[in-house]
Amino acid sequence: MSAPDGSPPVSKQRSRFWRTLDERIDDPAFQQWLHNEFPSQVEAIGDPVQRRTFLKLMGASMALAGLTACTRQPPEKIVPYVRQPEDLVPGKPLFFATAMTLGGIGTGLLVESHEGRPTKIEGNPLHPGSLGAADVFSQAAILGLYDPDRAKTLTYLGEIRPWSAFLGAINLALTAQQPLKGAGLRILTESISSPTLAGQIRHILQRYPAARWHRWDPASQDNAHAGARLAFGQYVDTQYRFDQADIIVALDADFLGSGPGCLRYARDFARRHQPQLAGRMNRLYALETMPSLTGAKADHRLALKPAAIAGVARQLAERLTSLNGAEGSNAQPRSDSKTPEPLSTEQRFIEGLVNDLRAHRGRGLIIAGDQQPAEVHALAHAMNEALGNVGATVVYTEPVEAEPVSQLESLRELVGEMNAGKVDLLLILAGNPVQTAPVDFDFAAAMGKVPLLAHLSLYEDETSALCHWQIPEAHFLEAWSDTRAFDGTASIVQPLIAPLYGGRSAHDVLGALSERPERSAYDLVREQWKVDPKDDGGWRQWLHDGVIPNTAVARKRVTPSAGVGVAARGPSSRPAATSPASASAAGFEIAFRLDPAVLDGRFANNGWLQELPKPITKLTWDNAILVSPATAARLSGAAYPAYRGGEHGTIVCDVFEIRSGGRTVRGPLFAVVGHPDDCATVHLGYGHRRGGNTARGLGFNAGAVRRSDALWSTSGELVKTGQTYALACTQYHHLMEGRALIHAATRAEYERDPASMHEEAGPEARPARTITLYPEYKYDGHKWGMAIDINACIGCNACVVACQSENNIPIVGKDQVLRGREMHWLRIDSYYAGPPEQPDTYFQPVPCMQCENAPCETVCPVGATVHSHEGLNDMVYNRCVGTRYCSNNCPYKVRRFNYYLYQDWETPSLKLARNPNVTVRSRGVMEKCTYCVQRINGAKIEAEKQGRTVQDGEIQTACQQTCPAEAIVFGDLNDQNSRVSRLQADARNYALLGELNTRPRTTYLGAVRNVNPELGR
Amino acid sequence: VANDHEVREHRDVNAQDPLTPVTGSAEVAGVIAPGHTFSSVTQKISSIVLTRPTPLGWWLGFGLAFFLTLLLFATLSYLVVKGVGIWGNNIPVAWAFDITNLVWWIGIGHAGTLISAILLLLKQTWRTSINRFAEAMTLFAVACAAIFPLFHTGRPWLAYWLFPYPNTMGVWPQFRSPLMWDVFAISTYATVSLLFWFIGLIPDLATLRDRSPSRVGRIMYGMLAMGWRGSAMHWHRYETAYLLLAGLATPLVVSVHTVISFDFSIGIVPGWHTTVFPPYFVAGAIYSGFAMVLTLAIPIRAVYGLEDFITMRHIQNMAKVMLVTGLIVAYGYGTEAFIAWYSADKYELFVPVNRSTGPYWWTYWMLILCNVLLPQILWFRRVRTNVFVLFVLSLVINVGMWLERFVIIVTSLHRDFLPSAWGMFQPTFWDWSTLIGTLGLFVALIFLFVRFLPMISIFEMRTILPAAKVGDDLGAT
Repeated sequence: MSAPDGSPPVSKQRSRFWRTLDERIDDPAFQQWLHNEFPSQVEAIGDPVQRRTFLKLMGASMALAGLTACTRQPPEKIVPYVRQPEDLVPGKPLFFATAMTLGGIGTGLLVESHEGRPTKIEGNPLHPGSLGAADVFSQAAILGLYDPDRAKTLTYLGEIRPWSAFLGAINLALTAQQPLKGAGLRILTESISSPTLAGQIRHILQRYPAARWHRWDPASQDNAHAGARLAFGQYVDTQYRFDQADIIVALDADFLGSGPGCLRYARDFARRHQPQLAGRMNRLYALETMPSLTGAKADHRLALKPAAIAGVARQLAERLTSLNGAEGSNAQPRSDSKTPEPLSTEQRFIEGLVNDLRAHRGRGLIIAGDQQPAEVHALAHAMNEALGNVGATVVYTEPVEAEPVSQLESLRELVGEMNAGKVDLLLILAGNPVQTAPVDFDFAAAMGKVPLLAHLSLYEDETSALCHWQIPEAHFLEAWSDTRAFDGTASIVQPLIAPLYGGRSAHDVLGALSERPERSAYDLVREQWKVDPKDDGGWRQWLHDGVIPNTAVARKRVTPSAGVGVAARGPSSRPAATSPASASAAGFEIAFRLDPAVLDGRFANNGWLQELPKPITKLTWDNAILVSPATAARLSGAAYPAYRGGEHGTIVCDVFEIRSGGRTVRGPLFAVVGHPDDCATVHLGYGHRRGGNTARGLGFNAGAVRRSDALWSTSGELVKTGQTYALACTQYHHLMEGRALIHAATRAEYERDPASMHEEAGPEARPARTITLYPEYKYDGHKWGMAIDINACIGCNACVVACQSENNIPIVGKDQVLRGREMHWLRIDSYYAGPPEQPDTYFQPVPCMQCENAPCETVCPVGATVHSHEGLNDMVYNRCVGTRYCSNNCPYKVRRFNYYLYQDWETPSLKLARNPNVTVRSRGVMEKCTYCVQRINGAKIEAEKQGRTVQDGEIQTACQQTCPAEAIVFGDLNDQNSRVSRLQADARNYALLGELNTRPRTTYLGAVRNVNPELGR
Repeated sequence: VANDHEVREHRDVNAQDPLTPVTGSAEVAGVIAPGHTFSSVTQKISSIVLTRPTPLGWWLGFGLAFFLTLLLFATLSYLVVKGVGIWGNNIPVAWAFDITNLVWWIGIGHAGTLISAILLLLKQTWRTSINRFAEAMTLFAVACAAIFPLFHTGRPWLAYWLFPYPNTMGVWPQFRSPLMWDVFAISTYATVSLLFWFIGLIPDLATLRDRSPSRVGRIMYGMLAMGWRGSAMHWHRYETAYLLLAGLATPLVVSVHTVISFDFSIGIVPGWHTTVFPPYFVAGAIYSGFAMVLTLAIPIRAVYGLEDFITMRHIQNMAKVMLVTGLIVAYGYGTEAFIAWYSADKYELFVPVNRSTGPYWWTYWMLILCNVLLPQILWFRRVRTNVFVLFVLSLVINVGMWLERFVIIVTSLHRDFLPSAWGMFQPTFWDWSTLIGTLGLFVALIFLFVRFLPMISIFEMRTILPAAKVGDDLGAT
């Protein structure tokens, strides 16, 4: 049978050879069979031309089949730049300097921008308040920028309105105010240091002389201002020179963890807290209620009930200021101490402290905390003056904040006028006073008496709900502004991106009150700084550097007024009953503090900050009633630790009711080692009913029992309710169980033998290098390593957020933290040593150790975690099948597993926040610290392009870069002169769990406590 | 098809005169009740499959087991959709119920292989009446076990990457990992067990084919019998293959659980890193396996009236094996604690303290009670011959062995080196539904097995008849 296309029959082609008789005789039945057996192309195979056609067809159809198999591309138009922006190379990030203002104090930042979208926030090395470091709030602001819960539309009574409608409404109201000179106009802001914004407000107040500007900022330094006024009769700012201070006394002052200049102070402090400085190593005394970062770093810490701090401050002041009159009678207090009865712990502490300060006149430093009453601040000023510290370690300056006032009084006045019906138009520029104002002010009720309310805020919060106009605020990365650092140095706040949700800045809203509402914030800022439009050079330099040179506020020579000496000395004869707080010293006290993660609640919708384990407590997603273990045991009627559940993850606590001043609120009771007995600390910033899906419903609102007459501490009682509540805690076990995880020594021990701190670990902690079955790795090029100085680490969590931002680490939510599945690649462990009432706290940041003999590598069945030629334990995400064996075998438990699809793959705005150089991990894969391998490779490529090797310090891991205390050093161990090599050769260097012979690349430098020999351990 | 099998049967019958059964010699006494003939054995066993009506209890039992199997399927589907996070596993306890169940099921399987292979080689004739369903149990247990290494992974659809196959990625598995060894151990074990079981079934499948009253049965059993005609050559090849497979399966009894124990002993986790694990795991596997055989055999022999075939001698022997392996396991517990103390290593030392007094103390003491204390009653003959007590005890041992794996895995992981990373594991509903679901699958498969296949080897039972003994003597030499 011939082929249908007329090609010659097969039999003709093969006439000479035959296989069967059927073929030989060319039986049609055989032909039929052959055709059936090898259909369609049987002829073509025999024919060279046909075969090629066939192959062509096959090739084409395969190619087409391949094409159809591809995913359908979304119909997105990709438009090339018509004009290529200058400096923009796709794939290469740009960095812009800007600044973030918190509590009226700006911190200089560098923001990484990928193709126009900011992705990471870092500190600005040129900024005096940052020096390259950044705190958790400024770093997490990147998530706040892209937060899908942000207020997105301008609304009037919940209905969307255009900006012009707002302008119209404001104009109408202002026209009515015109004849009254603005008597019904009130502006409520947070602390403002922006010269432009302050200028705008002043301008409005000129236009409407009867209008008033009120301020309320829970994160401000209201008490410090009041203290300065008490001491000097005027507002001054106090700056500290930690580089000059040998003896530091923190009177409930957490200068390492919060407040103006804390990043700068942490660096200066850590640089002077190095044991190799020998005699110059500083010594820190902390007197505080709630254990803080400062208290944890303190060489001596005294736990005091809130009301007792003022009393101790008075005693100290009495001893120290009396010295002025009796310089020579140094021995007098010594003779006191020879009284027969032994001194109490508190008395011994004060004795040692006083003697230490006296011995270091002019090199001591006494700091009062922002939450301490004005009196304590005044006492601190008096003591610094008496010890000759002023001018050396303490500097007074003009206030950085524009026109500081007593904010509590300012708010009180406003509420009074609102209630009196005197306020016709109230503009609330940022802040959430309904939630943060003292509860006795009943701000919400007062708002009901104001005819027109407008609220500018990032979120539609509790205040927004009660306002007529809700204006979505532009994030600081979206709008022009300016700000001042803790020392007054001004920075231009430049936007990185156009407002994502059409937000407006405070400048825009205030502009609406001016004659020319159309003027942009950019013009206003340039006008404020008198930029010559023709000569942009200076302006560009300011933007580039992130600071405006020589704008620090002037030093001020002030002396405590005579009254302060009396105030300091007068009441000290009997440390009781002058301040309202100390009246309740005998009873149960409750101290209010800003939350270390969400402050007054302004960051409550930020998942990074909510999931950040709070320092000391390691709680996430909640606040709690924090008490000492003994008090917890007494109140709960159960032995400490009174928890049910795990050490990590779920901690089931008893719910207690706080009763204070006739008001109540319920919260879970959580025991904190180092907290004084018979008092509790509660953190503000929780219990939101609005303000974003993340914020809503978390924790309890401690502000519900916070009154204006007792803003920071009050008397009250705790009543057991019988309910329980599960707290999500990432570390509950803080005891080392006799394991030498932290190597520590006192300064005396260290000076005797620097290696003495390793004695507890014993010789087995440094096993012989030969104990392994596998051959040694050879490193011809680089050999990366890290050294973490436990002595420097202040436990501030900045590195954790930096890591989260740099490496696209997802948050998992409270229910997953309860299950012990948080994803942080870098965690900060804290351990206690010493007696439980007076514990020594040590922080230990734990990233992946990148072990030389890595237990994880040998057990992965698919080779998804492998040793790189530069010594890293690389994680190959797309090879990982998720057996989790590596995590089981990791003695440091630094591996994190995507039990669910934790990363948000849906929300468009969150996708913009990601670092494009780091894989976004999917469900079912293991992940862990990579030493920021993307940064390593970026630097190597750059070096190779320039034909050189990578220099020491050129690569900074994200955690290292942001560390205010410079505790983390990364570099090449093959380079004997690199900083990390030198640190690993230091006598303090040790490997965590070194006895396992994992030979970690990340090593630790032991801690040294500068113990006062007089006080001892 | 010529029915050679029937022919052989007739020949046997003729040679031995079934009408006058020889009452048992001392050697075989108790392995089979007296009074049985070749045809009565065949009739009794095959009738369960072929002629006897399916009891209502079967339908109820199978229905319940099938429901639980559906629960398993639902759980696994949900797991694939959502992720392994539906279980309670976390960091540090990244393995919990999943690997506990894996080791438990694999361990249960061991009794079947031991009975069929090692006892065959040792010519323990009492194995004959229990080896078939012990092997089936092995197979079903391995099937249940195999679910866990697959579904405990984060991305089960990629679990085939654990197999060494040439691929375009040019990547091989990582051969230093004990999980890799597991893949070989378990897949070999499953393959050999299946072959062993199936080959052993062939002569009986032919019997069923020949006796099946229904056409469907004849076709199905006919296909499965693979053309078995019972010729001398067939028997010769069968015996050779069976013996070879027995030889292959024998090291597997030791090797599989040894390799499984390497998952732990290779690791550095205190409580895992123990050299006693291989023998202790093997003994534990046999221990739990025999407990499971008893759990199944005691009700089955009562329901189907098989007391003649599964006699008190079987029950007693299995009880004795349990006693011995139980003592080995108890020795293992003692060794673990002793070595922890003897090592003077603070991490090792912490393990027994934490197990016995830590948050999971009750699991440890339950395990000691179930695996060490209660089984001591097996020293008494009265207990070994009381099927009710033995049934309860076998359940207790099954629970105890599950707890043993839980204690090893979870209490070691939850508090390892750094106290900061210590954590607790809480099982979720899905942890339980997976465990119970595999139990359902296992029981459902057992139900199907007793309904559709001869649960006792017909032809082997006939060989232990006294009549066959004479025949063997005549024919063998």
